[in-house]
Amino acid sequence: MIIGQIKDGIVLDHITAGRGMEIYKILHLDELNCTVAMIKNAESVKMGKKDIIKIGEIIDINFDVLGYIDPGITVNFIENGEKVKRLHLTPPTTIYDVIRCKNPRCISSTEQELRQEFKLTDPAKRIYRCVYCDAAAKKV
Amino acid sequence: MNGVNDILDLSVEELDELLATAEDITVNPQKYANLLRGKKLATLFFEPSTRTRLSFEAAMYELGGNVLGFSEAQSSSASKGESVADTARTVSCYADIIAMRHPKEGAPKVADMNASVPVINAGDGGHNHPTQTLADLLTIKREKGRLNNLTIGLCGDLKFGRTVHSLIAAMSRYENIHFVLISPEELRLPEYVKDDYFTNGACTYEETRSLENAMGKLDILYMTRVQRERFFNEEDYVRLKDTYILDEEKMALGKEDLVVMHPLPRVNEISVKVDKDPRACYFKQVLNGKYMRMALILKLLGVKA
Repeated sequence: MIIGQIKDGIVLDHITAGRGMEIYKILHLDELNCTVAMIKNAESVKMGKKDIIKIGEIIDINFDVLGYIDPGITVNFIENGEKVKRLHLTPPTTIYDVIRCKNPRCISSTEQELRQEFKLTDPAKRIYRCVYCDAAAKKV
Repeated sequence: MNGVNDILDLSVEELDELLATAEDITVNPQKYANLLRGKKLATLFFEPSTRTRLSFEAAMYELGGNVLGFSEAQSSSASKGESVADTARTVSCYADIIAMRHPKEGAPKVADMNASVPVINAGDGGHNHPTQTLADLLTIKREKGRLNNLTIGLCGDLKFGRTVHSLIAAMSRYENIHFVLISPEELRLPEYVKDDYFTNGACTYEETRSLENAMGKLDILYMTRVQRERFFNEEDYVRLKDTYILDEEKMALGKEDLVVMHPLPRVNEISVKVDKDPRACYFKQVLNGKYMRMALILKLLGVKA
């Protein structure tokens, strides 16, 4: 299968195989008018299989969300057909309003306009905890 | 954040300072009697409490200050749907310091984020209860003369028991602490607490169902109540509430210098016959709690004797 190069845009590479659609939805890529290609199960020397998303436009991306969901992703910025910048994502130390605390006893379940805030408490195991009640977020 | 939400908000050095102040208060109460004249403590208790609320109020009065507040959510604007943040902002206009108990976990933290005065967490659901831990630490220090090299049995509801979680957090910062976790299967210590305090080797633990088997090895036995209000299902509560009852027979298995503690209130888990045993220290704990709350209020208001 051949998918052409993009002139200006972003390539999300090294997405864990099978997570491409999840990321497509979370980044609301369905709302874009430009070309967007979702490649599933592409061959990868490093990963065996991987997903890739190519976006034919430079858009604002919440890298914290992306880093939380799949920190192995590399983000390539393309201008005039050339790769001008590459970002290696890392798990963010704090995430806001990305996930909700599932603890029914947590104040965030009832308090008006309280931001959902989680902190990375164990980088090795990628455990995020609610800053209010300390409940661990379900692993993504 | 100006207040104390979690026992770990206080460094070991700050704990030492509080312990020293509390000891000094017990020896020289008159030195502290008028230090907070003109200051007000607001006790915002959205959940019933006898001990903690009265302890805070007694602490403030003994420092020469005044107290205002409420003792149940029904008497507050929370019953009209007011947010914790707005309550905290409002009460900041009336008081110099706030003590808050709330059934929602993290509520005192939200209050502290929004108040302009320090907020002390006086218990938030099954989460934290730092001032009970302060009482526990002073009791251990006074009864054992140290906060390190101890085998501590935690017995009963280790799942929802906030006092247990806070005590583990506090003691994990001292050397050579071994915990014996005594609970029924359903009320075992949550994995996240183990992950936080036992995986880095700071302290060690073992788990057992048998209080009898554990008794002989303990320096401290910390009993807890199975709390009805933490259960969604009454049947589970009834089935588990009397799993452990400390009586004279079990006390006979303990060391001579065992220290028995309980955050109180007790229901059936310690026989009243144990009360006269000199190793029973739970009422001393109550008194120690008042001294530590006095020390904490002084510290947060920046007042020294």
